Amino acid sequence: MTEKTQPIIEVKNLHKRFGDLEVLKGVNESIYKGEVISIIGPSGGGKSTFLRCLNFLEVPEEGEVFFEGQKLDPNSTDLDKHRQKIGMVFQLFNVFPHLTVLDNITITPILEKKVPKAEAEKEAMELLKMVGLEDKAKEYPRKLSGGQKQRLAIVRAMAMHPDIMLFDEPTSALDPEMVKEVLEVIKKLAESGMTCVIVTHEMGFAKTISDRILFIDGGIIAEEGTPEEIFEHAQNPRTREFLGKVL
Amino acid sequence: MGLGPGLFEVFGDYWQIFLQGTIGTLKYAFIAVSLGSLLGALIALANLSKNKILTAVGSVYVTVLRGTPLLVQMYIAYFFLPLVIPALNNVGKETNVLIALVLNSSAYVSEIIRGGINSVDKGQTEAARSLGMSASHTMTKIILPQAIKNILPAMGNEYIAMIKETSLAGTFMLYELMYTRTLLANKFLVWQPLFIIAAIYLILTMVLTTLVGIMEKRLSVSD
Repeated sequence: MTEKTQPIIEVKNLHKRFGDLEVLKGVNESIYKGEVISIIGPSGGGKSTFLRCLNFLEVPEEGEVFFEGQKLDPNSTDLDKHRQKIGMVFQLFNVFPHLTVLDNITITPILEKKVPKAEAEKEAMELLKMVGLEDKAKEYPRKLSGGQKQRLAIVRAMAMHPDIMLFDEPTSALDPEMVKEVLEVIKKLAESGMTCVIVTHEMGFAKTISDRILFIDGGIIAEEGTPEEIFEHAQNPRTREFLGKVL
Repeated sequence: MGLGPGLFEVFGDYWQIFLQGTIGTLKYAFIAVSLGSLLGALIALANLSKNKILTAVGSVYVTVLRGTPLLVQMYIAYFFLPLVIPALNNVGKETNVLIALVLNSSAYVSEIIRGGINSVDKGQTEAARSLGMSASHTMTKIILPQAIKNILPAMGNEYIAMIKETSLAGTFMLYELMYTRTLLANKFLVWQPLFIIAAIYLILTMVLTTLVGIMEKRLSVSD
């Protein structure tokens, strides 16, 4: 395989169980540079678990995940190095409440990549400007709205210069009027060429932004294709049934 | 038969003995809680680790020390430990009793620390680790600074509890507040010291409880 066609992330035969419940039942997938992939499907189908396996926040019982050709290993310190290049944004933001907005962004580059403080802060300010939060730099997150927290979480991940961004239902916990501002930021990122994998219930957004849609149901990728293939000409009856309910 | 001299008279005559006892009580409680905190932090880490042997050892440690009376632990430390650890014969009996206090306190403190760490939302760990932060940095820079808000007031309460617990050390003739009763009983003062001692304990715990309350308020302001 040449360098050019090597996927950023390759997943082979992924199985994940929580107790007796098998949430992922053998998933295979490759994600390539520059792709924007949306993952849709019913609750409990395994979407989030699949996403969380991509950076080993959930360690699968069976199967392998390769990041840029290297196998992820939960017992290796390389895992931290790989995770620095796999940004992740959570449904509940998970910003650090005891740190200022600026420190939220700079703490990991300073600690783990030994970036000089001044340099880290300069870059953080640029990122904050990009998402319209530069005037909040010295505030603590408790002063931010949900949408602002999520924008902060996105640039916090960006500050690590990731090769791929994972979004786990990034707008599900937001008040409706704040969904748009967060989706705008994700859209801007995707258009800049960032590889994105987005678990989402925002079907309109998934349709317009994605190169590819994965429909995950019952622990497998039940169907995948371009937005047109999935939203207009779904083959799998389960996909049609799901879309019939949400659209 | 009369009651003998009154409380103020006894306190006026022997206040130095009560003062020395109070200092002893505060000192022993401080030693127990501070050394107990260091040991307790290690026990808490053992209990939180993914290593099943460590968690089993930690859990037995906590269960036994919290599930048996401190007085029994003191007797064991006083009479049994020197038999199996000969070096303890040469350091004075005070040390043996203090060992019991420290071990007992460490079990309680470890649960305080464990509870404080567990009270921090799991999403914080996930966010830090997903950024590529190491496990140790995640603990020291993200989790502990948030957990400390719950840990510090509880530690203050542990110190208050320990002030009362150290009264048992008087049984082994350690010079703390309760031991002043023994000293003054020799002077045929039986009931007066008891009320004076009780009053001093009450003042100590009330003052410290107020201080912990203020600390709690200060810590919660930044939420």
